Amino acid sequence: MSDAVNDQRGRAPLFLSLPAILLFTGLLAIPLVLTLTLSFHVFDGMKGIQPALTFNHYLKVFTDGYYYELFLRTAGMSLCVTAICVLIGVPETLIMSRMRPAWRGTFFVVILGPLLVSVVVRTLGWEILFGRRGPINDALVSLHLVDGPLRLMFSMTGIVIVLVHVLLPFMIIAVWGAVQKLDKRIAYAARSLGASPEKVFFRITLPQLMPGLLSGAIVVFTLSASAFATPAIIGGRRVKVVTTAIYDEFLHSMNWPLGATIAVLLLIGIVCIVVGSNRFVERRFKQVFS
Amino acid sequence: MSERTAGQNGPIALLFHALVTAFIVAPLVVVVLVSFSDKQYISMPFDGVTLRWYREILNASDLLSGFWLSIRLGLAAATLASAIAVPAALAIARYRFIGRDGLMAFLMSPLMIPHVVLGIAFLRFFSIVGWTGSFGALILVHAIIISPFSLRMTLSSVIGLERDAENAARSLGASRWVVFRRVLLPLILPGVMAGWVLAFIQSFDDVTMTIFVATPGTTTLPVALYNRVAFLSDPVTTSVSTVMIVGTVVLMFVLDRVVGLDRVLIGKS
Repeated sequence: MSDAVNDQRGRAPLFLSLPAILLFTGLLAIPLVLTLTLSFHVFDGMKGIQPALTFNHYLKVFTDGYYYELFLRTAGMSLCVTAICVLIGVPETLIMSRMRPAWRGTFFVVILGPLLVSVVVRTLGWEILFGRRGPINDALVSLHLVDGPLRLMFSMTGIVIVLVHVLLPFMIIAVWGAVQKLDKRIAYAARSLGASPEKVFFRITLPQLMPGLLSGAIVVFTLSASAFATPAIIGGRRVKVVTTAIYDEFLHSMNWPLGATIAVLLLIGIVCIVVGSNRFVERRFKQVFS
Repeated sequence: MSERTAGQNGPIALLFHALVTAFIVAPLVVVVLVSFSDKQYISMPFDGVTLRWYREILNASDLLSGFWLSIRLGLAAATLASAIAVPAALAIARYRFIGRDGLMAFLMSPLMIPHVVLGIAFLRFFSIVGWTGSFGALILVHAIIISPFSLRMTLSSVIGLERDAENAARSLGASRWVVFRRVLLPLILPGVMAGWVLAFIQSFDDVTMTIFVATPGTTTLPVALYNRVAFLSDPVTTSVSTVMIVGTVVLMFVLDRVVGLDRVLIGKS
């Protein structure tokens, strides 16, 4: 940074961010644009990717029931994971907020720490737990809760359980932000005026937590829909989702244009959900809380 | 008295908390336990205890070379990511300029784009420009996907910083570079370092993006582990995973000492 730049404050931000802008443009924006164009190229089973352009891959994805179901299945899975993360994450965060600071710090590390452990490692742990003769089935059978061992591997139930495990910390982090802003005096006031604890929770606490809950839900939903390693390992060949289908098109069928089409649609879907729900949250809660 | 009871957890709440904790910890504990099993295959109830699977790591050349590759990749990518994200964070935090929000969204976008999409975009790009199998190219794309973490941590340490010390140094005639080097950088160093460590961990853990661009010569540890976990049942995966869990715990300890783990995990300044 020379002194010449100091006097021209207008140029300093560009100067500081130029390396990042160059790298991101060259190696992020351009590859993404190339992926978009790839999705319009003709694919020939023998000759590979052709220079001619077509809209057929999009037509195929929109009309073929297989792909239609693929997107529906992925959306359903993500909704399910999000709902469970809300149902577990909101009460758990409130419980943690009531703990003494020392305990709270410990449990933050225990519950959020796994975020830093590779998803493959965490999924491997569930693969062991899910075995036909694994601990979960052992316990269920010996307690006579089920007749025979449940099939959790290669099932959607299994994928949802593992994704909840992988993504619950994100929900807790988001709700924690809202819990910090909670005005406890309002809840006390309501209690002293005779409101039941349930009424206080649903009428006072929950509405205040809504912004955090919704932003956590957006994060969990999009990360579920983008998850790859967990559905690939737990779902195997039996349960396909959008991401594992993209992987198959690219690395097994070698039909890159079709894979790129599915990827472009996934990206568009996720961007729409993130941008749309952020707008909604901002509009909805600006009036309430500002 | 009533204030205390209102703010305390009842037995049902504590039971719920115990179940959630068990749910979170169970798979990691199971991996660690099974890594000591003397069975030839991965199975949960086991009788004898052995360290055999830890010795076997030394024979698993794919995992060993993947480990060293991931370490070198993480070091290079986290350093590059910090080198581009720290100045960008200063620009965003300290200046008001046209396109500031757009720049922020652009630099944070790797967090929103599914890693599968990034993976195929990089795969296609590499095959066009002839970078397939290049370690240098892998460093560049890793730097892109992890720089949001460095950006965010640096931003959170710059925003809210009093400018008195900088202004004092400026008024005493220090150049802008000296102010940055001797005043601002020491103040934000914990945040920058935390961002570096977080970026390193993200690079070291990434499997989804890397699996698309990994070639036999550039297979990282998580990709090598994924290949084993997805295709064979092999106890070495559990011993390697245990080593990775222990490594993460050590890094978490370091992070806690440097900036406080709550700040890293929750992302608040």
